[in-house]
Amino acid sequence: MKLRFSAQDEQFRAEVATWLEQNLGGEFEEIRGRGGPGDEHMLVEERKAWERKLHQGGWTCIGWPAEYGGRNATIEQQVIFNEEYARARGPGRMGHIGETLLGPTLIAFGSEGQKQRFLPPILRGEELWCQGYSEPSAGSDLANVKTRARFDEEAGRWLITGQKVWTSLAHESHYCFVIARVDPQSVGHRGLGFFLIAMNQPGVTVRPIEQLTGTCEFNEVFFDDAVCGPDDIVGAPGDGWKVAMGLLGFERGVSTLGQQMLFNNELDEIIRIARSNGAARDPVIRQRIADAHVGLRIMRFNSMRMLSGGTSDGSLQKEAMIYKLYWSTWHRNLGKLAMDVLGPESEILDSGPYGLSRMQSMYLFTRSDTIYGGTNQIQRNIIAERALGMPREPRG
Amino acid sequence: MEFKFSEEQLMIRDTADAFLAEVSTSAAVREAMATELGYDPMLWQRMCEEMFWPAIHIPEQFGGMGLGYVELVAMQEQMGRYLLCAPFYATVCLATNALLVAASEQQKARYLPAIVSGTTATLAYTGSNGQWDADAVEAICTREGENYVISGNYRFVPDGHSAQLLVVAAREPGTRGEEGISLFVLPADCPGISRHWLPTMDQTRKQARLDFDKVTLDASALMGEVGQAWPQLAQIIDLATIAIAGDQVGGAQQSLDSTVAYLKERVQFGRKIASYQAVKHKAADMMLKVEAARSAIYYAACIADEFFQGGELSVELPEAASIAKAYCSDAYFHNAGTGIQLHGGVGFTAEYDIQLYFKRAKSTETFLGNASYHRERLARTLLDGSDLL
Ligand SMILES: Cc1cc2nc3c(=O)[nH]c(=O)nc-3n(C[C@H](O)[C@H](O)[C@H](O)COP(=O)(O)OP(=O)(O)OC[C@H]3O[C@@H](n4cnc5c(N)ncnc54)[C@H](O)[C@@H]3O)c2cc1C
Repeated sequence: MKLRFSAQDEQFRAEVATWLEQNLGGEFEEIRGRGGPGDEHMLVEERKAWERKLHQGGWTCIGWPAEYGGRNATIEQQVIFNEEYARARGPGRMGHIGETLLGPTLIAFGSEGQKQRFLPPILRGEELWCQGYSEPSAGSDLANVKTRARFDEEAGRWLITGQKVWTSLAHESHYCFVIARVDPQSVGHRGLGFFLIAMNQPGVTVRPIEQLTGTCEFNEVFFDDAVCGPDDIVGAPGDGWKVAMGLLGFERGVSTLGQQMLFNNELDEIIRIARSNGAARDPVIRQRIADAHVGLRIMRFNSMRMLSGGTSDGSLQKEAMIYKLYWSTWHRNLGKLAMDVLGPESEILDSGPYGLSRMQSMYLFTRSDTIYGGTNQIQRNIIAERALGMPREPRG
Repeated sequence: MEFKFSEEQLMIRDTADAFLAEVSTSAAVREAMATELGYDPMLWQRMCEEMFWPAIHIPEQFGGMGLGYVELVAMQEQMGRYLLCAPFYATVCLATNALLVAASEQQKARYLPAIVSGTTATLAYTGSNGQWDADAVEAICTREGENYVISGNYRFVPDGHSAQLLVVAAREPGTRGEEGISLFVLPADCPGISRHWLPTMDQTRKQARLDFDKVTLDASALMGEVGQAWPQLAQIIDLATIAIAGDQVGGAQQSLDSTVAYLKERVQFGRKIASYQAVKHKAADMMLKVEAARSAIYYAACIADEFFQGGELSVELPEAASIAKAYCSDAYFHNAGTGIQLHGGVGFTAEYDIQLYFKRAKSTETFLGNASYHRERLARTLLDGSDLL
């Protein structure tokens, strides 16, 4: 075991830090620390411009292989990039779904043509993606998707019909990756396909859903004979589940380290408030702040272990299975702590009619952390069944 | 950066696992814990002569194996897992650390080879006030010519009734807190020392009271500067804290494993109780805690290695120790407590081992400060801007 980074890695760190310092200013000053969950709808055009700026510097998709325009960055370098990015308070990445989820999935499962067509615009920060998994009757039970994909032999293309829900950033996205049923007789995880669908077409309707934050970051998406090219299915028809699950494996990769640095900034802010409003003298608050600090440091150690164990192929070790449950629960507690540290001020909005402060927005948004990406209950099922070998849940 | 065991570290862990599976069975633990001595001297001899365990992180120049703290913590984890009853922790994690941190070269040359060949030892610094920081030091040390005279009582001393060698802390009269503390190393049979076994709820880790009545030592017993030893003692305590957290992780893991094994056997309402979701989710939470706890101890162990090598990350020692102890204490207690619940009635019997883990969880939690104590230590740096030391 060794914790230190090599001299080359430290040099890389200096390179990243310098670039960010030189570029994350001027017109981009106002987007520092903005975006991300709870603030995703803010300063969208500015953040899109920032994605292109990042690309010019060669700082998008650094973990991708060089042949697809990445830097082939090692795990250590990706860790360092994420740390420096968050330290510089870089804005929430508009392109993260394409960069961290779809890109690696195409690299692993896609055809050469799909890679050539879809990877470069993700790299350039030009095409944004959203994730079309959940449906009204398929949430935790994702395999229950009802959206259908029918191959139109005459026109030689796929036609997609159905409804997706909770699709984050669908209203800003150019493309959506969708799991749909290719075999209408099939049930469960068989008979599915993984489709790459353009959002800007007559067969696609996006309706925003207002969240409890008063903002709209997710949507309902309706497909009504939406068109999808014959080459825009990843894997064979029927292989959709395998591809969809492969993608979820990438969700627990290095990008989690950037998230931790954001958490770190939030905790620092809570500490700053506690010191200034006297909450830091309350023995119970002191315990809770220290507990949050302990939890966050251990989150980092957990991910260092997970990344050292080599999960880049998407397969999860036992200890990696705890990751989502761990961070979501920690963050939800942090949200409550923030409000308790603020005391009566926690109720007062920044502005009317419903202008939440960053802390309030964080607090409310943490209630979704334990739901999206597999709820805490589903995470516990996974841990119990796959890591501890306990019997599977009976299915209805 | 590589935060996983090397091949050699894996081998050390697996060897410890295999040896302990053979010698630290439930029956062996129960036999040893029923005695006042608290361990089987023949087994200790094997641990020293066959396994060279006390030598683990003693430098080669003193006859040791010269391995690191990660290896030591990996062994502690296995010892916790098997509820080992032995003077290993007191000798290696308390006294040896004390000698490595604070002893002169002559003292090291005299005592470390003795430890390698099986001499047992411990550290005594706590009086009876229930503190674990500098305030814990209550024994008084006065000067008489060239000699030092120590009087006072030590309580909660691991294996204090049986250890052959003692490292003790005492303070100058009229001082408080971090001032005036000195460390001494001395044979336990010095005139003026009387030692009493304290019966404990957790019978697998023995404690003692040591009464010092004008124990007179010459200058060769003094470790470091007179009255200036707190910084060293603080480091010794941090190192010992990391090691006990290793024991806690092993215990928390075994509490989970034995519980899951039971859940997969026991049938109620016509199905394995492991199939009930209320039960599965509790087991999942136990796994989350033990895995997070494991991350905490190995990070802390790496920091301890940095400390011994004089690396720049050694400034993190107090923080890493408190993070590990705060988290592992709660995790072990949670897992052992939940383990009893999930065992049902048999969990409350003397026969099943889960009760032994539950008791060791509490004794290791209390020792060197519980989770609240360590969180408050962290809170001071986070909120008051003070140093941890
Ligand atoms: C902010 C946000 C953003 C999202 N973004 C996206 C997105 O971009 N793309 C996308 O596809 N989806 C997205 N989702 C959807 C998300 O993945 C689902 O909400 C989630 O998987 C849960 O499904 P559900 O809402 O249908 O709840 P349900 O599955 O109906 O669950 C309701 C409750 O029942 C519990 N439950 C369900 N099944 C079990 C079981 N077997 N055992 C025990 N308890 C169970 C759940 O834990 C939960 O508490 C987003 C959700 C949120 C909140």
